[in-house]
Amino acid sequence: MTIYSVYVVNKAGGLIFQYDHSRPSQENEKTFSYPLELKLEPQSDGVSVVFGQRDGIKIGHVVLSVNGKQAHGKKLEDGADIMQVISEEENYPISIKFGRPVLTSNQKIMMASMFHSLYAISVQLSPEHKSSGIHKLEVDTFSLQCYQTQTGVKFIVISDPRQIGVDLLLHKLYAIYSDFALKNPFYSLEMPIRAKLFDVNVKSSVEQIEKTGTVV
Amino acid sequence: MSKQANKSFDNKKLVGELFTLTYGALVTQLIKDFEKDEDVNKQLEKMGYNIGVRLVEDFMSHSNTGKCQDLRETAEILSKVAFKMYLNITPTVAKWSPANDEFSLILDNNPLVEFVELPDEHREINYSNILCGAIKGALEMLQMEVLTWFPKDSLKGDDVTELRVKFVRRLTDALPAGED
Repeated sequence: MTIYSVYVVNKAGGLIFQYDHSRPSQENEKTFSYPLELKLEPQSDGVSVVFGQRDGIKIGHVVLSVNGKQAHGKKLEDGADIMQVISEEENYPISIKFGRPVLTSNQKIMMASMFHSLYAISVQLSPEHKSSGIHKLEVDTFSLQCYQTQTGVKFIVISDPRQIGVDLLLHKLYAIYSDFALKNPFYSLEMPIRAKLFDVNVKSSVEQIEKTGTVV
Repeated sequence: MSKQANKSFDNKKLVGELFTLTYGALVTQLIKDFEKDEDVNKQLEKMGYNIGVRLVEDFMSHSNTGKCQDLRETAEILSKVAFKMYLNITPTVAKWSPANDEFSLILDNNPLVEFVELPDEHREINYSNILCGAIKGALEMLQMEVLTWFPKDSLKGDDVTELRVKFVRRLTDALPAGED
């Protein structure tokens, strides 16, 4: 029973806060010998597997690290180009870690504004007058729950479908927002929230809900 | 035992007095900075507006009120829940206009003006103007444009302090989805 992430979207649909509590780990680190049986290709978010799925390493997984050195896009942290390192025989045996690519912050911002638009569309689609927007979006691997306040701010929590107490968490997040974001005089409305106290409190509420199903 | 009880009661009163003192210091500083009474009034309203836009979320998150259907409901919630929550007073709602778009809040014991007397050279200051601004800001975040002012002020010699609220229009440009 896990909470995966929390998003807060402002009135205009812009993402103002995002917190990833846990990610299901789908990382595989394996040692390979020359020649590499997987076919890799450099793509926009890194070097990814295009052919040769095996041992839990699936198509679409990107290179996360080579020999312990973190990958940043198509290069390693010491500046070496990943494709080059992999194509040279003298570097073998080589240990490469593959995993699902993480969403970049730009992608998250885009997803949030798309959700904001979908929320508005769902109101229009309703056959009944004065319907609310999307409360819950359920998929077999996660459920997304959303609470929109009277002022238009949306709190979105992505969690395990069996997680209980998410609506309590949403209300608690609203209370934390009204306390640590709004009562901070240096925070401007509708802007991204950059307050340590807010982060700390969100984290502790999420942990509380995960463990006990209720918040204090 | 009773000494303990006295102590805790005094503590609440002291915090309230600190609030009154702080507000008083604020107004006197504004008078020193701006000199003209109408500038002070404008500043107080601006400050109240900034407080209102933030306080409204705190109010909504702690009070579980749904959307108000009309101005009468808004007036009731303002006086019985909001004022009670933040200033511990319940002003009376009165003097509805025939079109039901204006009402007054009669404040009998305004904590802001507890020990205050307005001097003659600053007769025009609306001492509690911050309340006007706060109501305006809060209602604006809830998509209602209102005008607020003090037709009567006990500091200026009237018998009661009256805060009048007039509904101007619904703001439809930034409606959250689902409200129409």
